[in-house]
Amino acid sequence: MLTKQDYQRYNRQIIIPEFGEAGQQKLKKAAVLVIGAGGLGAPILQYLTAAGVGKIGIVEFDEISLSNLQRQVLFEEDQVGLSKGEKAKERLAKLNPETNFELYAEAINAVNALSILKGYDLVIDGSDNLATRYLVNDACYFKEIPLVYGAIFRFEGQVSVFNARIAKGRGPNYRDLFPTPPPPELVPSCSEGGVLGVLPGIIGSMMANEAIKLIAEIGETLSGRLFVFDALDFTTHTLKVQKNESNPLSGDEPSIHGLIDYEAFCMGDIPQQKISEITATALSERMNGDKAVWLLDVREDYEYEIANLGGHLIPLNKIQSRSKEIPKDRDVVVMCKVGGRSQKAIEILQEQGFDNLVNLKGGIEAWRKTIDPSLSAY
Amino acid sequence: MKIEITAFGIAKDILKQKRLTIGLEDRPTVAKLREALIHQFPDFEKLRSLKFAVNTEYVSEDYQLNEKDEVVLIPPVSGG
Repeated sequence: MLTKQDYQRYNRQIIIPEFGEAGQQKLKKAAVLVIGAGGLGAPILQYLTAAGVGKIGIVEFDEISLSNLQRQVLFEEDQVGLSKGEKAKERLAKLNPETNFELYAEAINAVNALSILKGYDLVIDGSDNLATRYLVNDACYFKEIPLVYGAIFRFEGQVSVFNARIAKGRGPNYRDLFPTPPPPELVPSCSEGGVLGVLPGIIGSMMANEAIKLIAEIGETLSGRLFVFDALDFTTHTLKVQKNESNPLSGDEPSIHGLIDYEAFCMGDIPQQKISEITATALSERMNGDKAVWLLDVREDYEYEIANLGGHLIPLNKIQSRSKEIPKDRDVVVMCKVGGRSQKAIEILQEQGFDNLVNLKGGIEAWRKTIDPSLSAY
Repeated sequence: MKIEITAFGIAKDILKQKRLTIGLEDRPTVAKLREALIHQFPDFEKLRSLKFAVNTEYVSEDYQLNEKDEVVLIPPVSGG
């Protein structure tokens, strides 16, 4: 039942005929799980809290970094280094003390996903990697929970609703749209590909809107449709998404009957073994030993200025023309921020005949996390 | 016949432009268009799993394109 305070607090939406008291009551009774309290999570969490959703679960294990603040508007500068989940929960509880928050300060994975999802009416995916997106999709399918999907890249965003209750069973899901993932280097995260700060604000707000419609059972959601937005030239497309009979999860002859190893699945069948890797720990040991290692850094100048390991700097887009600067007579460890661009650089250089290149696994970020926390993060 | 293509995400990077017009024989299939794109932009091979949308619907490889069709390429993006 709605209290007198509820009627005051939520007046502006209760007086909308389509929404009304019934809509508010449904929000109050709803339990919503939000995966990720990052760029998309910030508007999703704030609007759902403000709107009066009864229970909100937050899955977030990361800590706040300076480079988050450009778009993750839940956080403040003096919170850098602190737990994102804790700080999000604190801020949201101040916004609306009536909402119950449950924090899952762990990475969601195939082992814990089904138990985390238990008891939720709706899941919203604001995660930042493809493996988690397939995992959340599959978990929602098995638990029969509708899923609001959104993803961003540079100036672009996508929104849809998966696994919604429809007249005949369930609506399409992520695997109807993207049956198999492209090679990992073609799906850059925000930290590799970049993102305009306002974009998650736009896309996350649309996701919150779809969530409220699903809970209140009003209007028409994006179930069966994919919305795509390019903020750079302001073009939008809304494409129909059909259920695919060969969907391995929900098609006529399903081959996936439980959660799988999503990291391996997203690595695909592109042969990776041609490129050897070294961990930050192993590299640190080698650098402290006698054997000479030559470091090649393929990031941009400004990134190098923020943090570097003293490597020779050749940005990725100049690697072909400046490859003469790289020695062939000793081991060369190639690095970038998280390991994607350095892998690309090695592929290019291998075609030019280099066979002495090793990729720094996880890039300079891994070095900062495991070897030298005094390096600046960005 | 000229085919208009609009690319999003990494497809835009691979095709080096947001909008592209490609000339092909009359009423080519989506499969033919895919091969032509791979021929012109070899990295497009890596997006072989990508489904093509025509106007507002996803279509199969044997769909025959018409003069006024807009082909839309939307690869997955993962950022959040």
